Amino acid sequence: MASPLRREDVAKVAKLARLSLSDDELDMFTEQLGQILEHANDIAALQLNDVVPTAHPFGLLNVVREDVIEASLPREELLAMAPDAEDGRFAVPRIMGEAP
Amino acid sequence: MSSAAEIAADVRRGATSALAEAERSLAAVRARNEELNVFVHVDEERALARARHVDEQVSRGEDPGPLAGVPVALKDNLCQVGELTTAGSRILEGWRPPYSATVVKRILNAGAVPVGKTNMDEFAMGSSTENSYYGPTRNPHDPSRVPGGSSGGSAAAVAAHMTPLALGSDTGGSIRQPAALCGVVGVKPTYGLVSRFGLIAFASSLDQIGPFANNVTDAALLLEVIAGHDARDSTSLPEAAPSLLAGINAGVAGKRVGIVRELMEGADDEVLAAVEKARATLQEAGATMVELSIPECRLGLSAYYLIAPAEASSNLARFDGVRYGLRVDADDVAAMNEATRTLGFGAEVKRRIMLGTYALSAGYYDAYYGQALKVRTQMIDAFRRAYDQADLLLGATAPSVAFKFGEKTSNPLAMYLSDVFTIPTNLAGDPAISVPYGRDGDLPIGVQLLGPGRSEALLFAAARVLEVERSS
Repeated sequence: MASPLRREDVAKVAKLARLSLSDDELDMFTEQLGQILEHANDIAALQLNDVVPTAHPFGLLNVVREDVIEASLPREELLAMAPDAEDGRFAVPRIMGEAP
Repeated sequence: MSSAAEIAADVRRGATSALAEAERSLAAVRARNEELNVFVHVDEERALARARHVDEQVSRGEDPGPLAGVPVALKDNLCQVGELTTAGSRILEGWRPPYSATVVKRILNAGAVPVGKTNMDEFAMGSSTENSYYGPTRNPHDPSRVPGGSSGGSAAAVAAHMTPLALGSDTGGSIRQPAALCGVVGVKPTYGLVSRFGLIAFASSLDQIGPFANNVTDAALLLEVIAGHDARDSTSLPEAAPSLLAGINAGVAGKRVGIVRELMEGADDEVLAAVEKARATLQEAGATMVELSIPECRLGLSAYYLIAPAEASSNLARFDGVRYGLRVDADDVAAMNEATRTLGFGAEVKRRIMLGTYALSAGYYDAYYGQALKVRTQMIDAFRRAYDQADLLLGATAPSVAFKFGEKTSNPLAMYLSDVFTIPTNLAGDPAISVPYGRDGDLPIGVQLLGPGRSEALLFAAARVLEVERSS
Protein backbone atom coordinates (compact mmCIF):
# COMPACT_ATOMS: atom_id res chain seq x y z
CA MET A 1 0.00 0.00 0.00
CA ALA A 2 2.61 2.51 1.03
CA SER A 3 5.51 3.12 -1.29
CA PRO A 4 9.04 2.57 0.04
CA LEU A 5 10.65 5.77 1.19
CA ARG A 6 13.17 7.23 -1.23
CA ARG A 7 16.06 9.55 -0.60
CA GLU A 8 14.31 12.34 -2.51
CA ASP A 9 11.20 11.91 -0.33
CA VAL A 10 13.30 12.59 2.75
CA ALA A 11 14.95 15.57 1.08
CA LYS A 12 11.48 16.92 0.28
CA VAL A 13 10.05 16.56 3.81
CA ALA A 14 13.24 18.05 5.27
CA LYS A 15 12.72 21.10 3.08
CA LEU A 16 9.04 21.32 4.09
CA ALA A 17 10.05 21.10 7.76
CA ARG A 18 12.77 23.74 7.31
CA LEU A 19 15.66 21.39 8.08
CA SER A 20 18.81 20.98 6.02
CA LEU A 21 20.50 17.58 5.95
CA SER A 22 23.98 16.53 4.95
CA ASP A 23 24.40 13.66 2.49
CA ASP A 24 25.25 11.31 5.35
CA GLU A 25 22.19 12.41 7.28
CA LEU A 26 20.01 11.90 4.22
CA ASP A 27 21.25 8.31 3.96
CA MET A 28 20.74 7.65 7.66
CA PHE A 29 17.27 9.17 7.89
CA THR A 30 16.13 7.47 4.67
CA GLU A 31 17.04 4.10 6.13
CA GLN A 32 15.63 4.78 9.63
CA LEU A 33 12.41 6.43 8.50
CA GLY A 34 11.96 3.66 5.97
CA GLN A 35 12.15 1.06 8.75
CA ILE A 36 9.60 2.93 10.83
CA LEU A 37 7.20 3.29 7.91
CA GLU A 38 7.68 -0.36 7.07
CA HIS A 39 6.59 -1.19 10.62
CA ALA A 40 3.61 1.15 10.13
CA ASN A 41 2.49 -0.88 7.13
CA ASP A 42 0.67 -3.14 9.61
CA ILE A 43 -1.91 -0.38 9.96
CA ALA A 44 -1.58 1.13 6.48
CA ALA A 45 -2.74 -2.24 5.11
CA LEU A 46 -5.87 -2.53 7.28
CA GLN A 47 -9.34 -2.22 5.75
CA LEU A 48 -10.91 0.47 7.92
CA ASN A 49 -13.35 2.17 5.57
CA ASP A 50 -16.20 2.05 8.08
CA VAL A 51 -14.22 3.29 11.06
CA VAL A 52 -14.56 6.89 12.17
CA PRO A 53 -11.19 8.54 12.86
CA THR A 54 -10.45 9.82 16.39
CA ALA A 55 -8.30 12.91 16.69
CA HIS A 56 -8.85 13.34 20.40
CA PRO A 57 -9.65 10.83 23.16
CA PHE A 58 -12.81 12.43 24.51
CA GLY A 59 -13.92 14.53 21.58
CA LEU A 60 -13.15 18.21 21.60
CA LEU A 61 -15.80 20.80 22.27
CA ASN A 62 -15.27 24.37 21.37
CA VAL A 63 -14.27 26.14 24.56
CA VAL A 64 -14.85 29.87 24.77
CA ARG A 65 -14.24 32.20 27.64
CA GLU A 66 -16.12 35.30 28.66
CA ASP A 67 -15.23 38.22 26.42
CA VAL A 68 -13.57 40.17 29.20
CA ILE A 69 -10.40 42.18 28.80
CA GLU A 70 -7.59 40.82 30.97
CA ALA A 71 -4.03 41.94 31.50
CA SER A 72 -1.55 40.48 28.99
CA LEU A 73 2.06 39.62 29.67
CA PRO A 74 4.26 42.74 29.58
CA ARG A 75 5.59 43.33 26.05
CA GLU A 76 9.06 44.26 27.29
CA GLU A 77 9.43 40.97 29.16
CA LEU A 78 8.56 38.95 26.09
CA LEU A 79 10.78 40.95 23.78
CA ALA A 80 13.63 40.63 26.24
CA MET A 81 13.69 36.87 25.53
CA ALA A 82 13.60 37.34 21.74
CA PRO A 83 16.74 36.81 19.67
CA ASP A 84 16.29 40.31 18.24
CA ALA A 85 13.82 43.14 18.86
CA GLU A 86 13.40 46.65 17.56
CA ASP A 87 10.88 49.43 18.31
CA GLY A 88 8.73 47.14 20.48
CA ARG A 89 8.57 44.39 17.88
CA PHE A 90 10.33 41.14 17.02
CA ALA A 91 13.01 41.84 14.46
CA VAL A 92 13.84 39.38 11.66
CA PRO A 93 16.10 39.38 8.58
CA ARG A 94 14.55 40.61 5.35
CA ILE A 95 11.67 38.54 4.01
CA MET A 96 11.74 39.81 0.40
CA GLY A 97 14.30 41.08 -2.10
CA GLU A 98 16.15 44.35 -1.69
CA ALA A 99 14.11 47.52 -1.89
CA PRO A 100 14.46 49.27 -5.27
CA MET B 1 14.52 10.16 53.68
CA SER B 2 11.03 11.00 54.92
CA SER B 3 8.03 10.69 52.64
CA ALA B 4 6.41 13.81 51.19
CA ALA B 5 3.39 13.28 53.42
CA GLU B 6 5.61 13.09 56.53
CA ILE B 7 7.60 16.19 55.55
CA ALA B 8 4.41 18.20 54.94
CA ALA B 9 2.91 17.05 58.25
CA ASP B 10 6.11 17.89 60.15
CA VAL B 11 6.48 21.29 58.51
CA ARG B 12 2.84 22.12 59.23
CA ARG B 13 3.21 21.34 62.93
CA GLY B 14 6.66 22.89 63.23
CA ALA B 15 8.54 19.62 63.86
CA THR B 16 10.87 20.40 60.96
CA SER B 17 11.37 23.46 58.81
CA ALA B 18 10.94 23.83 55.07
CA LEU B 19 14.42 25.36 55.06
CA ALA B 20 15.99 22.25 56.62
CA GLU B 21 14.18 20.03 54.09
CA ALA B 22 15.27 22.23 51.18
CA GLU B 23 18.87 22.18 52.41
CA ARG B 24 18.75 18.41 52.78
CA SER B 25 17.41 18.09 49.23
CA LEU B 26 19.97 20.48 47.76
CA ALA B 27 22.78 18.62 49.56
CA ALA B 28 21.57 15.35 48.03
CA VAL B 29 21.55 16.98 44.59
CA ARG B 30 25.07 18.34 45.07
CA ALA B 31 26.32 14.95 46.26
CA ARG B 32 25.32 12.99 43.17
CA ASN B 33 24.27 15.31 40.35
CA GLU B 34 27.68 15.44 38.73
CA GLU B 35 27.68 11.65 38.50
CA LEU B 36 24.03 11.13 37.51
CA ASN B 37 23.13 14.35 35.60
CA VAL B 38 19.61 14.32 37.04
CA PHE B 39 19.07 18.08 37.21
CA VAL B 40 19.96 20.35 34.31
CA HIS B 41 19.12 23.55 36.20
CA VAL B 42 19.08 24.12 39.95
CA ASP B 43 18.26 27.49 41.53
CA GLU B 44 19.44 27.06 45.13
CA GLU B 45 18.77 30.64 46.16
CA ARG B 46 15.24 30.63 44.90
CA ALA B 47 14.53 27.25 46.54
CA LEU B 48 15.89 28.46 49.88
CA ALA B 49 13.97 31.75 49.65
CA ARG B 50 10.82 29.81 48.87
CA ALA B 51 11.44 27.49 51.85
CA ARG B 52 11.90 30.49 54.16
CA HIS B 53 8.61 31.88 52.90
CA VAL B 54 6.86 28.61 53.79
CA ASP B 55 8.45 28.67 57.25
CA GLU B 56 7.25 32.24 57.75
CA GLN B 57 3.73 31.16 56.87
CA VAL B 58 3.93 28.45 59.54
CA SER B 59 5.33 30.84 62.13
CA ARG B 60 2.45 33.25 61.43
CA GLY B 61 0.00 30.43 62.10
CA GLU B 62 -0.97 30.06 58.44
CA ASP B 63 -1.24 26.68 56.73
CA PRO B 64 1.06 26.54 53.67
CA GLY B 65 -0.92 23.60 52.28
CA PRO B 66 -0.73 19.83 51.78
CA LEU B 67 2.77 19.99 50.27
CA ALA B 68 4.14 22.32 52.96
CA GLY B 69 7.92 22.47 52.59
CA VAL B 70 8.13 19.44 50.29
CA PRO B 71 10.97 19.69 47.73
CA VAL B 72 9.72 18.92 44.22
CA ALA B 73 11.66 18.32 40.99
CA LEU B 74 10.17 19.67 37.75
CA LYS B 75 10.71 18.15 34.34
CA ASP B 76 12.45 20.70 32.16
CA ASN B 77 9.44 21.06 29.83
CA LEU B 78 7.36 22.67 32.61
CA CYS B 79 7.47 26.45 32.62
CA GLN B 80 8.42 28.19 35.85
CA VAL B 81 8.51 31.94 35.56
CA GLY B 82 12.06 33.29 35.38
CA GLU B 83 13.70 29.83 35.62
CA LEU B 84 15.64 28.19 32.80
CA THR B 85 13.26 25.93 30.87
CA THR B 86 14.91 24.16 27.96
CA ALA B 87 12.99 20.92 27.24
CA GLY B 88 16.35 19.18 26.87
CA SER B 89 16.95 21.13 23.67
CA ARG B 90 19.64 23.42 22.36
CA ILE B 91 16.97 25.49 20.64
CA LEU B 92 15.70 26.67 24.06
CA GLU B 93 19.11 27.05 25.69
CA GLY B 94 18.99 30.00 28.08
CA TRP B 95 15.22 30.54 27.76
CA ARG B 96 13.35 31.75 30.85
CA PRO B 97 9.55 31.64 30.55
CA PRO B 98 7.54 34.78 31.34
CA TYR B 99 4.84 32.69 33.03
CA SER B 100 4.41 29.51 35.09
CA ALA B 101 2.60 26.32 34.20
CA THR B 102 -0.67 25.74 36.05
CA VAL B 103 0.83 22.69 37.77
CA VAL B 104 3.72 24.83 39.04
CA LYS B 105 1.32 27.43 40.41
CA ARG B 106 -0.73 24.70 42.08
CA ILE B 107 2.19 23.07 43.86
CA LEU B 108 3.37 26.50 45.02
CA ASN B 109 -0.11 27.26 46.35
CA ALA B 110 0.10 23.93 48.20
CA GLY B 111 3.37 24.92 49.90
CA ALA B 112 5.87 22.97 47.78
CA VAL B 113 9.47 24.05 47.20
CA PRO B 114 10.61 23.58 43.57
CA VAL B 115 14.27 22.62 43.59
CA GLY B 116 15.15 22.62 39.90
CA LYS B 117 14.52 21.31 36.44
CA THR B 118 15.21 17.69 35.54
CA ASN B 119 16.84 16.25 32.47
CA MET B 120 14.76 14.75 29.70
CA ASP B 121 14.90 13.50 26.14
CA GLU B 122 14.72 16.54 23.86
CA PHE B 123 11.08 17.69 23.65
CA ALA B 124 10.16 14.46 25.48
CA MET B 125 11.05 12.37 22.44
CA GLY B 126 12.81 9.26 23.67
CA SER B 127 12.78 6.39 26.12
CA SER B 128 16.23 6.66 27.71
CA THR B 129 17.05 10.38 28.30
CA GLU B 130 19.98 9.83 25.89
CA ASN B 131 18.43 12.38 23.50
CA SER B 132 19.05 15.34 25.81
CA TYR B 133 21.27 18.15 24.51
CA TYR B 134 22.54 18.35 28.10
CA GLY B 135 23.88 14.77 28.14
CA PRO B 136 22.26 11.56 29.38
CA THR B 137 21.00 10.92 32.92
CA ARG B 138 22.34 7.84 34.68
CA ASN B 139 20.19 5.31 36.50
CA PRO B 140 20.78 5.67 40.27
CA HIS B 141 20.52 1.88 40.68
CA ASP B 142 23.26 1.24 38.11
CA PRO B 143 25.00 4.28 36.57
CA SER B 144 26.04 2.22 33.53
CA ARG B 145 22.37 2.04 32.55
CA VAL B 146 19.70 4.46 31.34
CA PRO B 147 16.97 5.73 33.68
CA GLY B 148 14.35 5.36 30.95
CA GLY B 149 12.65 8.35 29.44
CA SER B 150 11.64 10.77 28.47
CA SER B 151 11.17 11.93 32.09
CA GLY B 152 14.37 10.14 33.12
CA GLY B 153 15.63 13.00 35.28
CA SER B 154 12.42 13.23 37.28
CA ALA B 155 12.36 9.46 37.89
CA ALA B 156 16.02 9.47 38.90
CA ALA B 157 15.57 12.49 41.22
CA VAL B 158 13.03 10.53 43.25
CA ALA B 159 14.92 7.23 43.03
CA ALA B 160 18.16 8.90 44.24
CA HIS B 161 16.22 10.57 47.10
CA MET B 162 17.13 14.04 45.88
CA THR B 163 13.47 15.03 46.15
CA PRO B 164 10.54 12.99 47.48
CA LEU B 165 8.34 14.14 44.58
CA ALA B 166 8.75 15.03 40.93
CA LEU B 167 6.56 16.02 38.02
CA GLY B 168 6.92 14.59 34.54
CA SER B 169 4.93 14.32 31.34
CA ASP B 170 3.70 11.16 29.63
CA THR B 171 2.89 11.12 25.91
CA GLY B 172 3.54 7.43 25.19
CA GLY B 173 4.92 6.19 28.51
CA SER B 174 7.37 8.93 29.48
CA ILE B 175 6.37 8.83 33.15
CA ARG B 176 5.60 5.14 33.62
CA GLN B 177 8.56 3.63 31.76
CA PRO B 178 11.27 5.63 33.61
CA ALA B 179 9.36 5.04 36.87
CA ALA B 180 9.63 1.29 36.21
CA LEU B 181 13.31 1.44 35.27
CA CYS B 182 14.16 3.58 38.33
CA GLY B 183 12.00 1.68 40.85
CA VAL B 184 9.55 4.47 41.72
CA VAL B 185 5.81 5.06 41.38
CA GLY B 186 4.76 6.94 38.22
CA VAL B 187 1.27 7.97 37.18
CA LYS B 188 -0.18 8.93 33.80
CA PRO B 189 -3.54 10.50 34.70
CA THR B 190 -6.72 10.52 32.60
CA TYR B 191 -6.32 12.84 29.62
CA GLY B 192 -7.61 16.26 30.68
CA LEU B 193 -7.41 15.64 34.44
CA VAL B 194 -4.28 17.79 34.81
CA SER B 195 -3.93 21.12 33.04
CA ARG B 196 -1.24 21.24 30.38
CA PHE B 197 -1.03 25.03 30.39
CA GLY B 198 2.68 25.82 30.54
CA LEU B 199 3.81 22.36 29.40
CA ILE B 200 5.96 22.64 26.28
CA ALA B 201 3.83 20.66 23.84
CA PHE B 202 4.96 17.47 22.12
CA ALA B 203 1.77 15.70 20.93
CA SER B 204 -1.22 17.59 22.26
CA SER B 205 -3.86 14.85 21.99
CA LEU B 206 -1.63 12.52 24.06
CA ASP B 207 0.45 14.66 26.47
CA GLN B 208 -0.46 14.50 30.14
CA ILE B 209 1.42 15.69 33.25
CA GLY B 210 1.70 13.36 36.22
CA PRO B 211 3.55 12.60 39.47
CA PHE B 212 6.58 10.54 40.49
CA ALA B 213 7.00 9.43 44.11
CA ASN B 214 8.68 6.77 46.23
CA ASN B 215 5.33 5.50 47.40
CA VAL B 216 1.73 5.34 46.23
CA THR B 217 0.37 7.70 48.89
CA ASP B 218 2.81 10.47 48.00
CA ALA B 219 1.91 10.11 44.31
CA ALA B 220 -1.78 10.46 45.20
CA LEU B 221 -1.00 13.49 47.37
CA LEU B 222 0.73 15.27 44.47
CA LEU B 223 -1.93 14.31 41.93
CA GLU B 224 -4.69 15.66 44.17
CA VAL B 225 -2.87 19.00 44.24
CA ILE B 226 -2.28 19.33 40.48
CA ALA B 227 -5.56 17.85 39.15
CA GLY B 228 -8.77 19.72 38.43
CA HIS B 229 -10.23 22.05 35.86
CA ASP B 230 -8.21 24.91 34.44
CA ALA B 231 -9.78 27.45 32.10
CA ARG B 232 -6.38 28.00 30.48
CA ASP B 233 -6.35 24.48 28.97
CA SER B 234 -9.20 23.93 26.52
CA THR B 235 -8.79 20.14 26.88
CA SER B 236 -9.17 20.32 30.67
CA LEU B 237 -11.97 18.15 32.09
CA PRO B 238 -14.72 20.23 33.70
CA GLU B 239 -14.68 18.66 37.14
CA ALA B 240 -12.70 19.43 40.29
CA ALA B 241 -9.79 17.25 41.42
CA PRO B 242 -10.81 13.73 42.48
CA SER B 243 -10.36 12.55 46.06
CA LEU B 244 -7.60 9.95 46.02
CA LEU B 245 -6.10 9.77 49.51
CA ALA B 246 -9.40 9.15 51.30
CA GLY B 247 -9.91 5.74 49.68
CA ILE B 248 -6.33 4.73 49.15
CA ASN B 249 -6.60 1.80 51.55
CA ALA B 250 -9.94 0.62 50.16
CA GLY B 251 -8.34 -2.50 48.68
CA VAL B 252 -9.51 -4.48 45.67
CA ALA B 253 -11.88 -7.01 47.24
CA GLY B 254 -14.62 -7.86 44.74
CA LYS B 255 -12.91 -5.98 41.91
CA ARG B 256 -12.33 -7.68 38.56
CA VAL B 257 -8.76 -7.42 37.32
CA GLY B 258 -8.08 -8.22 33.67
CA ILE B 259 -4.76 -9.81 32.80
CA VAL B 260 -4.05 -8.58 29.30
CA ARG B 261 -1.89 -10.87 27.20
CA GLU B 262 -0.83 -8.11 24.79
CA LEU B 263 0.36 -5.90 27.65
CA MET B 264 3.13 -8.33 28.57
CA GLU B 265 3.85 -10.49 25.53
CA GLY B 266 7.49 -10.47 24.57
CA ALA B 267 8.60 -9.15 27.95
CA ASP B 268 11.66 -10.63 29.66
CA ASP B 269 11.12 -13.59 32.01
CA GLU B 270 11.85 -11.56 35.15
CA VAL B 271 9.24 -8.99 34.10
CA LEU B 272 6.68 -11.72 33.42
CA ALA B 273 7.42 -13.22 36.83
CA ALA B 274 6.76 -9.85 38.47
CA VAL B 275 3.40 -9.50 36.71
CA GLU B 276 2.51 -13.05 37.74
CA LYS B 277 3.37 -12.25 41.34
CA ALA B 278 1.27 -9.07 41.21
CA ARG B 279 -1.63 -11.10 39.89
CA ALA B 280 -1.34 -13.49 42.84
CA THR B 281 -1.20 -10.60 45.30
CA LEU B 282 -4.31 -8.91 43.92
CA GLN B 283 -6.10 -12.25 43.94
CA GLU B 284 -5.17 -12.87 47.58
CA ALA B 285 -6.55 -9.40 48.33
CA GLY B 286 -9.92 -10.53 47.04
CA ALA B 287 -9.87 -9.47 43.39
CA THR B 288 -11.26 -11.73 40.68
CA MET B 289 -8.92 -12.40 37.79
CA VAL B 290 -10.09 -12.34 34.19
CA GLU B 291 -7.90 -13.39 31.25
CA LEU B 292 -8.27 -10.84 28.48
CA SER B 293 -6.94 -10.25 25.01
CA ILE B 294 -6.84 -6.81 23.39
CA PRO B 295 -5.26 -7.52 19.99
CA GLU B 296 -5.58 -3.84 19.03
CA CYS B 297 -2.69 -3.14 21.44
CA ARG B 298 -0.37 -4.67 18.84
CA LEU B 299 -1.25 -1.83 16.48
CA GLY B 300 -0.62 0.83 19.10
CA LEU B 301 3.05 1.33 18.34
CA SER B 302 2.47 2.04 14.65
CA ALA B 303 -0.50 4.31 15.30
CA TYR B 304 1.41 6.20 17.97
CA TYR B 305 4.51 6.70 15.81
CA LEU B 306 2.36 8.35 13.15
CA ILE B 307 0.02 10.39 15.38
CA ALA B 308 2.62 11.71 17.83
CA PRO B 309 5.15 12.79 15.15
CA ALA B 310 2.34 14.36 13.09
CA GLU B 311 1.28 16.48 16.05
CA ALA B 312 4.89 17.20 16.95
CA SER B 313 5.70 18.41 13.44
CA SER B 314 2.96 21.00 13.90
CA ASN B 315 3.76 21.89 17.53
CA LEU B 316 7.48 22.33 16.87
CA ALA B 317 6.91 24.62 13.90
CA ARG B 318 6.88 27.45 16.45
CA PHE B 319 10.63 27.06 16.99
CA ASP B 320 11.66 29.26 14.12
CA GLY B 321 14.20 31.63 15.66
CA VAL B 322 11.80 34.59 15.68
CA ARG B 323 10.29 35.05 19.13
CA TYR B 324 12.40 33.05 21.59
CA GLY B 325 15.28 30.65 21.87
CA LEU B 326 18.13 30.11 19.45
CA ARG B 327 18.59 32.10 16.26
CA VAL B 328 21.22 31.34 13.63
CA ASP B 329 21.58 34.42 11.47
CA ALA B 330 21.16 34.20 7.71
CA ASP B 331 20.41 36.55 4.83
CA ASP B 332 16.66 36.08 4.78
CA VAL B 333 13.96 34.74 7.08
CA ALA B 334 13.53 31.34 5.44
CA ALA B 335 17.26 30.67 5.55
CA MET B 336 17.35 31.86 9.17
CA ASN B 337 14.47 29.49 10.10
CA GLU B 338 16.23 26.56 8.45
CA ALA B 339 19.68 27.29 9.89
CA THR B 340 18.17 27.76 13.37
CA ARG B 341 16.17 24.53 13.33
CA THR B 342 19.03 22.55 11.79
CA LEU B 343 21.43 23.55 14.56
CA GLY B 344 18.85 23.71 17.36
CA PHE B 345 17.18 20.30 17.05
CA GLY B 346 18.85 16.94 17.71
CA ALA B 347 18.60 13.86 15.49
CA GLU B 348 15.58 12.25 17.17
CA VAL B 349 13.56 15.45 17.02
CA LYS B 350 14.43 15.87 13.33
CA ARG B 351 13.48 12.23 12.73
CA ARG B 352 10.05 12.73 14.27
CA ILE B 353 9.39 16.09 12.64
CA MET B 354 10.16 14.56 9.25
CA LEU B 355 8.13 11.42 9.97
CA GLY B 356 5.16 13.57 10.98
CA THR B 357 5.56 15.89 8.01
CA TYR B 358 5.63 12.85 5.72
CA ALA B 359 2.59 11.20 7.37
CA LEU B 360 0.61 14.42 6.91
CA SER B 361 1.76 15.16 3.36
CA ALA B 362 -0.44 14.94 0.29
CA GLY B 363 -0.58 11.40 -1.06
CA TYR B 364 0.33 9.77 2.26
CA TYR B 365 -2.15 11.37 4.67
CA ASP B 366 -4.86 8.74 4.16
CA ALA B 367 -2.48 5.77 4.21
CA TYR B 368 -0.66 6.82 7.36
CA TYR B 369 -2.13 9.57 9.55
CA GLY B 370 -5.74 8.86 8.55
CA GLN B 371 -5.33 5.14 9.19
CA ALA B 372 -3.67 5.81 12.53
CA LEU B 373 -6.64 7.93 13.67
CA LYS B 374 -8.97 5.07 12.77
CA VAL B 375 -6.82 2.59 14.68
CA ARG B 376 -7.10 4.97 17.60
CA THR B 377 -10.89 4.65 17.43
CA GLN B 378 -10.52 0.87 17.45
CA MET B 379 -8.16 1.07 20.42
CA ILE B 380 -10.64 3.17 22.41
CA ASP B 381 -13.48 0.77 21.57
CA ALA B 382 -11.35 -2.26 22.47
CA PHE B 383 -10.49 -0.85 25.89
CA ARG B 384 -14.14 0.05 26.46
CA ARG B 385 -15.07 -3.58 25.81
CA ALA B 386 -12.30 -4.74 28.14
CA TYR B 387 -13.67 -2.49 30.88
CA ASP B 388 -17.06 -4.16 30.51
CA GLN B 389 -15.36 -7.31 31.74
CA ALA B 390 -12.87 -5.88 34.20
CA ASP B 391 -12.67 -2.91 36.56
CA LEU B 392 -8.97 -2.51 35.93
CA LEU B 393 -6.21 -4.18 33.94
CA LEU B 394 -2.78 -5.52 34.84
CA GLY B 395 0.28 -5.77 32.63
CA ALA B 396 3.96 -4.99 32.45
CA THR B 397 5.17 -1.39 32.26
CA ALA B 398 8.30 -2.00 30.17
CA PRO B 399 9.52 -5.13 28.35
CA SER B 400 12.84 -5.19 30.22
CA VAL B 401 14.76 -3.68 33.10
CA ALA B 402 16.99 -0.65 32.50
CA PHE B 403 19.25 -1.15 29.48
CA LYS B 404 22.83 -0.01 28.87
CA PHE B 405 23.80 3.29 27.27
CA GLY B 406 24.01 3.11 23.50
CA GLU B 407 22.20 -0.22 23.36
CA LYS B 408 19.29 1.15 21.31
CA THR B 409 20.46 4.54 20.05
CA SER B 410 21.40 3.36 16.56
CA ASN B 411 18.07 1.63 15.99
CA PRO B 412 15.12 3.99 16.59
CA LEU B 413 12.55 1.22 16.18
CA ALA B 414 14.18 -0.87 18.93
CA MET B 415 14.04 2.18 21.20
CA TYR B 416 10.38 2.78 20.33
CA LEU B 417 9.55 -0.78 21.40
CA SER B 418 10.41 0.22 25.00
CA ASP B 419 7.01 1.92 25.07
CA VAL B 420 4.97 -0.89 23.53
CA PHE B 421 3.00 -1.57 26.77
CA THR B 422 2.46 2.07 27.74
CA ILE B 423 1.39 3.60 24.41
CA PRO B 424 -2.13 2.08 24.22
CA THR B 425 -3.21 3.99 27.35
CA ASN B 426 -2.25 7.34 25.84
CA LEU B 427 -4.12 6.57 22.64
CA ALA B 428 -7.20 5.63 24.69
CA GLY B 429 -6.90 8.71 26.95
CA ASP B 430 -7.08 6.51 30.04
CA PRO B 431 -5.06 6.58 33.29
CA ALA B 432 -2.37 4.07 34.28
CA ILE B 433 0.14 3.72 37.08
CA SER B 434 3.49 1.95 37.27
CA VAL B 435 4.36 0.41 40.63
CA PRO B 436 7.78 -1.05 41.51
CA TYR B 437 7.32 -4.78 41.93
CA GLY B 438 10.20 -7.21 42.08
CA ARG B 439 13.78 -6.88 40.90
CA ASP B 440 16.22 -8.50 38.55
CA GLY B 441 19.42 -8.37 40.59
CA ASP B 442 19.89 -4.70 41.50
CA LEU B 443 17.52 -3.49 38.83
CA PRO B 444 13.91 -2.66 39.61
CA ILE B 445 10.89 -3.92 37.67
CA GLY B 446 7.57 -2.10 37.34
CA VAL B 447 4.11 -3.53 36.84
CA GLN B 448 1.36 -1.48 35.25
CA LEU B 449 -2.23 -1.03 36.39
CA LEU B 450 -4.63 0.48 33.88
CA GLY B 451 -8.20 1.72 34.26
CA PRO B 452 -10.95 3.50 32.35
CA GLY B 453 -11.07 7.30 32.28
CA ARG B 454 -11.40 8.90 35.73
CA SER B 455 -10.63 5.63 37.58
CA GLU B 456 -7.59 7.02 39.41
CA ALA B 457 -9.02 6.31 42.89
CA LEU B 458 -9.33 2.60 42.09
CA LEU B 459 -5.88 2.50 40.47
CA PHE B 460 -4.28 4.02 43.56
CA ALA B 461 -6.11 1.58 45.84
CA ALA B 462 -4.88 -1.36 43.76
CA ALA B 463 -1.35 0.03 43.60
CA ARG B 464 -1.43 0.41 47.38
CA VAL B 465 -2.34 -3.30 47.74
CA LEU B 466 0.80 -4.22 45.79
CA GLU B 467 2.91 -1.78 47.78
CA VAL B 468 1.70 -3.06 51.16
CA GLU B 469 2.34 -6.67 50.20
CA ARG B 470 5.79 -5.79 48.89
CA SER B 471 6.85 -4.08 52.10
CA SER B 472 5.38 -6.70 54.47
